[in-house]
Parts: sequence; C-alpha cells; structure tokens
Amino acid sequence: MTDTALHPHAFVAHDDHAHSDADHKPGFFARWFMSTNHKDIGTLYLIFAIIAGIIGGAISGLMRAELAQPGIQYLVGWANWLPGGDGGLDHALHLWNVLITAHGLIMVFFMVMPAMIGGFGNWFVPIMIGAPDMAFPRMNNVSFWLLIPAFTLLLASPFFGGAGTGWTVYAPLSTYGEPGPSVDMAILALHLAGASSILGAINFITTIFNMRAPGMTLHKMPLFVWSVLVTAFLLLLALPVLAAAITMLLTDRNFGTTFFDPAGGGDPILYQHLFWFFGHPEVYIMILPGFGIVSQIIATFSRKPVFGYLGMAYAMVAIGVVGFVVWAHHMFVTGLSVNVKMYFTAATMVIAVPTGIKIFSWIATMWGGSLSFKTPMVWAIGFIFMFTVGGVTGVVLANGGIDDYMQDTYYVVAHFHYVLSLGAVFGLFAGFYYWFPKMFGKMYNELLGQLHFWVFFVGVNLLFFPMHFLGLQGMPRRYPDYPDAYAHWNALASHGYEIMAAGMVIFFVNVIYSLIAGPKAPDNPWGEGATTLEWTLSSPPPYHQFETLPKID
Amino acid sequence: MRRRLHGIALAAGLALAAAAPIAAAPTPQGAAAPAGVSNIAPTTASATAPAAPTSPLLAMDGAPAMTAEAGIGHPVAGRYGLQPQVTNNGRFAHWFHDSILVPLIVAICVLVLLLLLWVVFRFRRAANPVPSKTSHNTAIEIIWTLAPVLILVLIAVPSIGLLQAQFKPAPAGAVTLKAIGNQWYWSYQYPDNGGFEITANMLKEKDQVAKGERFRTDADGPRLLAADNRVVLPVGVPIRLITTSQDVIHSWAMPAFWIKLDAVPGRLNETSFTIEKPGLYFGQCSELCGARHAFMPIAVEAVPPAQFAAWVRAKGGTMPTPGKPSDKVIPQPGAEGSAAKQAEGNAADAATGPVENVTTAAPSSSQGATGNPATGNAGQ
Repeated sequence: MTDTALHPHAFVAHDDHAHSDADHKPGFFARWFMSTNHKDIGTLYLIFAIIAGIIGGAISGLMRAELAQPGIQYLVGWANWLPGGDGGLDHALHLWNVLITAHGLIMVFFMVMPAMIGGFGNWFVPIMIGAPDMAFPRMNNVSFWLLIPAFTLLLASPFFGGAGTGWTVYAPLSTYGEPGPSVDMAILALHLAGASSILGAINFITTIFNMRAPGMTLHKMPLFVWSVLVTAFLLLLALPVLAAAITMLLTDRNFGTTFFDPAGGGDPILYQHLFWFFGHPEVYIMILPGFGIVSQIIATFSRKPVFGYLGMAYAMVAIGVVGFVVWAHHMFVTGLSVNVKMYFTAATMVIAVPTGIKIFSWIATMWGGSLSFKTPMVWAIGFIFMFTVGGVTGVVLANGGIDDYMQDTYYVVAHFHYVLSLGAVFGLFAGFYYWFPKMFGKMYNELLGQLHFWVFFVGVNLLFFPMHFLGLQGMPRRYPDYPDAYAHWNALASHGYEIMAAGMVIFFVNVIYSLIAGPKAPDNPWGEGATTLEWTLSSPPPYHQFETLPKID
Repeated sequence: MRRRLHGIALAAGLALAAAAPIAAAPTPQGAAAPAGVSNIAPTTASATAPAAPTSPLLAMDGAPAMTAEAGIGHPVAGRYGLQPQVTNNGRFAHWFHDSILVPLIVAICVLVLLLLLWVVFRFRRAANPVPSKTSHNTAIEIIWTLAPVLILVLIAVPSIGLLQAQFKPAPAGAVTLKAIGNQWYWSYQYPDNGGFEITANMLKEKDQVAKGERFRTDADGPRLLAADNRVVLPVGVPIRLITTSQDVIHSWAMPAFWIKLDAVPGRLNETSFTIEKPGLYFGQCSELCGARHAFMPIAVEAVPPAQFAAWVRAKGGTMPTPGKPSDKVIPQPGAEGSAAKQAEGNAADAATGPVENVTTAAPSSSQGATGNPATGNAGQ
C-alpha cells in the first residue's frame, strides 16, 4: 500500500498515457454531475451545505418568531399551508415538532457534516498530505450524490404529515406514536445520509493511510488532517449503530417487530442506548474538524508552529475514544441505576481534560507569536472563547445529579448551541474565510468579513446566552408555548436571532461580491505562517495537483 | 379463550376492588378533616350547599384554597437562577451548582478570556513583529493536563455524593405516588392509600373553553402550569415517586424538588424525595411526547400530613395502618379498571392506539401461562 507513495512516477506515467495536462477540465455536466475530482466534489458539498444551512436557519427563524411571545402566534396559520391542515390546534402543535425535528436533522446531517467533512475535508485533506486526489474518487462522488435523495426525502416528509419526533427519533413516539409515511421518510433520509458518511469515512481513512506524499509521516500531518482522520473513524464506528437502531424502528413501524415495544418484550430505553452510542460520537464528529481548522488558522496567523503538536493530535484521538464511552449521560433521567450514573458522570468529566489541553495549546500557540487579525483569525479566536463557554456548561451537565433539574431544559439547548452553533459554525466560517482565496481564486472582502463576525457574534450570544437563564428557571425544551414568566428571555433571544440573521446577510453579500468582483488571490495570501501544502499551489489549485508528488522533509 | 376469561376475571376483580372504598364510604370527607386547619372547607359545607367542593382542599367557592407563594414552585419573569428548592437533595444540589459549579465555570471562562485578551494585546504584530519559535514546553503541558484532572476530582466528590443521596430509596412508611404519563395528561395513583386514581389535565384559558366548562383562574396557577386536579402530597413525609407511561415516553419534572424522572412504557422508574415546605409547586412534561407536549403540566400541592389524610379519605382512599403494608388491590395501568379511567380522561385521543399494545396483553397472558389466581399479581 505504500507503493504509490514510494513511487511517485506511477502517477506521472498514468498522466502521460492519458495525454492530459494538469488543468484540463471536462465539460459542465461531466464535471459537476459525474465528478471524480476531490476539489469539485468538495465545492459541491459546500454549496449543498450552504443551501441546507439556509433552510435549517430559516426554520429556526420560524421557531424564534413563534417563541418571541407567549401563546401560539403563527403555527396555526403555517399549518394550514401544508396539505392535511385542518385548522386545528393539534395539527399546528404537531407542526412545531416537525420544525424542531427538521431543524436538528438538517443542521446536523445536511449542514455541519457535509461542510466540515465533505466540503473542507474533501478539498484539503488530499492537498495537505500531498496526494493527487482521494483514494476512491468515484465512491467520493457517490457519497455526495447520496445526500441529494436523503435531503429530498427529509424535505418532502412535512408534506405527508411531518415527522415530529425530534432529531433523536425516540421510540415509541417514533413507532406507534407517529402514523403515516413521514417518519419512514425521515428514517430513510438518515439511512442514505449515513451511508454517504460511511463511504466518505472509508475514503478518508484509506486516503490518509495510503496516499501521503513521501516524508509525510503521520506525525507530520497537519492537525486538520488528524482531525478528519479521527472523525472518519468515529463515523465508521458510530453510524452503523445508528443504521441498526433506525432499521429496528422501521421494522417496528412497518413489519410488526417489537424491538422497542414493551408489549412484545422490547424496551424503549434500548433505542436510546443505541441512538446515543451513535449520538455522542456524532457531536465530536461535528466539532473535531472545527478543532483542526482552528489549529491551522491560529498557527498561520500567529506565524508560529502549533504548540504541543503531538498533544494536540492525541488529545483529539483521546476525545474520539472517550467519546464512545460516555453516551448514557444523555439518559440520566431515564431510570439508570446509581452505579451507571456514577460511571457516566466520571467518564464524561474526563473529556474536559483533552479539551482543556486543546484550549490551552491554542492560547500557547498565540503566546509569543506575531498575530494578525484577519477575518479567519478573528473567527478562530471567537471559536476558542465560545467553545470554552459551551464546554464549561458541559461540565455542569456531566453531573448526573444536576441533570435531575437540567435534563431537557433550555440549559441543554444553550449548551449544545454554544458548542455547535458558536463552536462548529464559527469553525466553519473561520475555515471558509481562510480557504476562500485558495478555493475560488478571489480574495473575500476583509471589511465585510470583520463586520460579519461582529454582527454574528453579538447576535448568537444574545440568542443563546439567555437560554441558560430559561433553563435555570426550568423551561423545558421543544415547547411551542411557555408560561408567561419565560417571556422576557425568549423575547431577547428572538431579537438575537434578528441580529444573527443580519450577520448572515452580510456573509452572503460578501461571498457574492467577492466571487464576482474580488481581487485575484495570490498563491499564499497569509504570509510565512501558512506552511501547509495547499499554499504552495496556485489559487485556485490546478485541476489535478501533485502530478509529481511533493517531498516532505 | 381461557386466557381471555382470565383477563375478564382479573378486570372484574380490579373493578370491584377499585369501586369498593368509594361505595363503602360515600364521601363523608368532612368527618375526617382535622379541625382548626384554616384552608380547609368547613365540614358542614358538603351537607348544605349542593355545589359544594368535593375536596377538603377547595375553598367555599370551589376555587383551590392554596395558591402559589410568590417566587416559589414556579418560574419568575426575568429571573436567571435556579428555582428555590424545597427538598433536602434539592437544596444540596442547588448549593453544589451555585457555590461550586458556577464560580468554577465562570472562573475558567474569565481565565480563558483574560489569556486571550492578553495575547491579542501583547503579541499583536505591531507589538511583537518577530514570533518566537517555541512549540513545546513539557512542564506547562503537564500542568495544564493535571490541573483540570484535580479540579474534576474535586467536583466529582460532591457530585457522586449527590447521586448517592438521590438514589437512597424511600424508607418504610413513605407515601407512594405513581405518576402515569398519557398523551397528553397525567394520571396519578396512590397505591398505599387504597389505590384511588386522579387525572390531571391542563386548565385552559377562559377564551378556549366552551360555555360552562371550567377554565383557569389565577387561583389555579399560571397559564400552562395550572392543572384541574393537583397532586396532593404530605410535607415532611418521604414520598416514593414511581413513574410509568401508557403510551409514549413522558417525563415527570418538578424543578422545586430537583426531580425529573422519565415515564417510560413498560418500565417502573422510582425515586424519592421529602417536601419540606407546604405550598404549590409546578412542573411540566420534559420529554417530547407529541403535539400537546407543552400542555400537560404537573401541579403538586404539598400540605400537612393531617390535611393529606383528609384529602385521601375525601377521594375515597384510606390511610395505611402504621407497620402494615397496604392490602388494597391496586389497578395496574392497562388493567380494565385503570383503562376505563384513562378512556374517560382522554376519549378524544383514543385513536392513537398504543394503549392496548403496551400492557393489557402482557399481564393477562402471563397469568394465563402460570395459572396464578387473578389477584395474585395485581398488587405488584
């Protein structure tokens, strides 16, 4: 398997045979619909993630509009637009559950994962390890195109009644609690998205293990590649468990099995164990590539190598490993025994240690550096602080005894939006600005980028910080209407959404303006701090890079 | 066929047992009410006024006698801390959160923020044009690995202690409350007190009910929190809470008690607590359970034990003799006696269909298999 790495002439010979030069591109349809090029597939993933993000973000706008004041304001009207609307309150309340479910599933499976792993992973993992492409280019294309029917199924499901189960799809609400085809459609959507991710994970693992350029040892790989490698293993081990769980849901729903039905000897709690065995690694799947992106950016704009490289790499490995043995902290109030609760409390707290190593190592990377505050760096620094805030509330929630109060309250909503919406999403924006010149050959607008950061930063903090207070006052999650005492903080949060939405408008203006009228990007716009291989290529890189493999010393 | 007969026999037995205390004691609730407790309806009320309250916890006009104390047992507008706690474990957890966890996490955030601000200021390009090449420092890496470990061990001590305290089972003599989740209301049984059952639906607003139907008043409690029937529990007496569900998973949550326990079909979850302060406490279902998830509140009225005893008798229940376990036959969820109550509480939603799946078949079939007498398993 190391043959290709040791004998770079193999690729040269192939290219000679094909009589193709590095920048020869196929026609439009062949290029974008039958693509085997990791950069094009990465771009497709990014476009897909942006579209999904707009839809998922718009749904959260609907939710914040409804929650801006107590009482049911808009749901009844919205429900009447959908087929089967009977003008009744229950139908409207069901629509609420459909909205929260769609928001969660879209953001997790169709926004963050495609952008992080499919988008940036596809674009930069091969380049950063000095490989010409992914190991299985055709399978790479299948991975992307599986997402299209998956997303279509999910988006179509509200027109068949709608899946109002929450993104966790807990049985029995998802089995005999939700008749109609919608939940089946959502489950099939997850199956397809899961298959897509498993294929992608196989591709990344094979690529990273077998296609590194000569001299690119594992311990010389950029941290972003490390993060994708760990993520790929998490995907490979976690997603089949999800697939098994939701397959059992399907057969419980349609074929009379009783895996999760106590009347037939099944157990609803079994589903939760299976789901969270996938679900907890899933949250690291979403955040680890963000860690990798932030590591690259902090080092680049500090003009220093990453502090404690090995510690950083193995902290991610540790987070990945421990992430598999903490799942039941999502289930502290389901009736677990006291010993199980104690174990999961302790194990969950352990994750704070490698996470702390990462936070402190980023700060130490900046320490003594020569910092410039370009847009990607501002997002990365914002990531570090916001992820810290989200992380420490995770330490609070890790205590099984505390969760007798906090479980399923807005405190949990605040926590996971701080680590995902302010963590993973900040990482996504940081990476997008960082690699925008490389991917598209144009510079983004620095002023708009900075403005985007500050408006978005104020907006999301105003949106999510009051949710801590709502949770501490006891407001449960997934409520379309709430007692009037919660009105104050909810109104504030909804205003926060408005500000965040304004930030997103700035982002899209910046992207469109820069793609059309941005100045041409140099090969390396970031200066001496940018040491990874993508900055040795042109912007954008040639259609086929590294025809002669680079040598790493 | 034989199995079905068994089931019918069981159901009949249960129905008889459930009806017995009510038939035997045609609500002489006044007789048992302790005198001198101010918020109990006068004992003669039931005899004189036809529209008299049927519960000793109702005032003369039928409104609940106990109203919520400001700031306790319910959320307060604009407040940002935990709700005040009225149980021992709740107060300990409240202290653990407010005095250990919050200062700690605030300190960590402030430390990270100050470090970030310092490096941003001190090592900006203008102030530090030439970066250092430092990329390792074993000593500091060991420090920032071990320091969090130590902090976490320190947190773990009270945290594990809290888990132990919460796990402590209720002692003998505890009052058992069985909370059963339904789409979308709670039903409650008091197995130690004759096994009577009450059903708690959310009280709707005045403009949401038909003429003549009961709507929420301020005395009932806040909007979305007030229930038509409150759970009445004694203060100072350990409560054994058992939760289960007739359909999907619900969660019985009471912030002021630091209690949240999922109600899972096919399972009996148990926890215990002792309420230290009389009052009215509100919680809400805390596990997504379908359309009206937000509309199945939990209202607990904690009263002195004597008043609790009076209420139990008014409901047709009995107070157990000290030291003697209850010998009443308790209707099981899914058994006919209980299912009837459920149907009456939720006739409109009977179409969901899970009820018969969950438990009706199971007890009757196991009895058919073992040939146990119908009443043999009923008390379990």
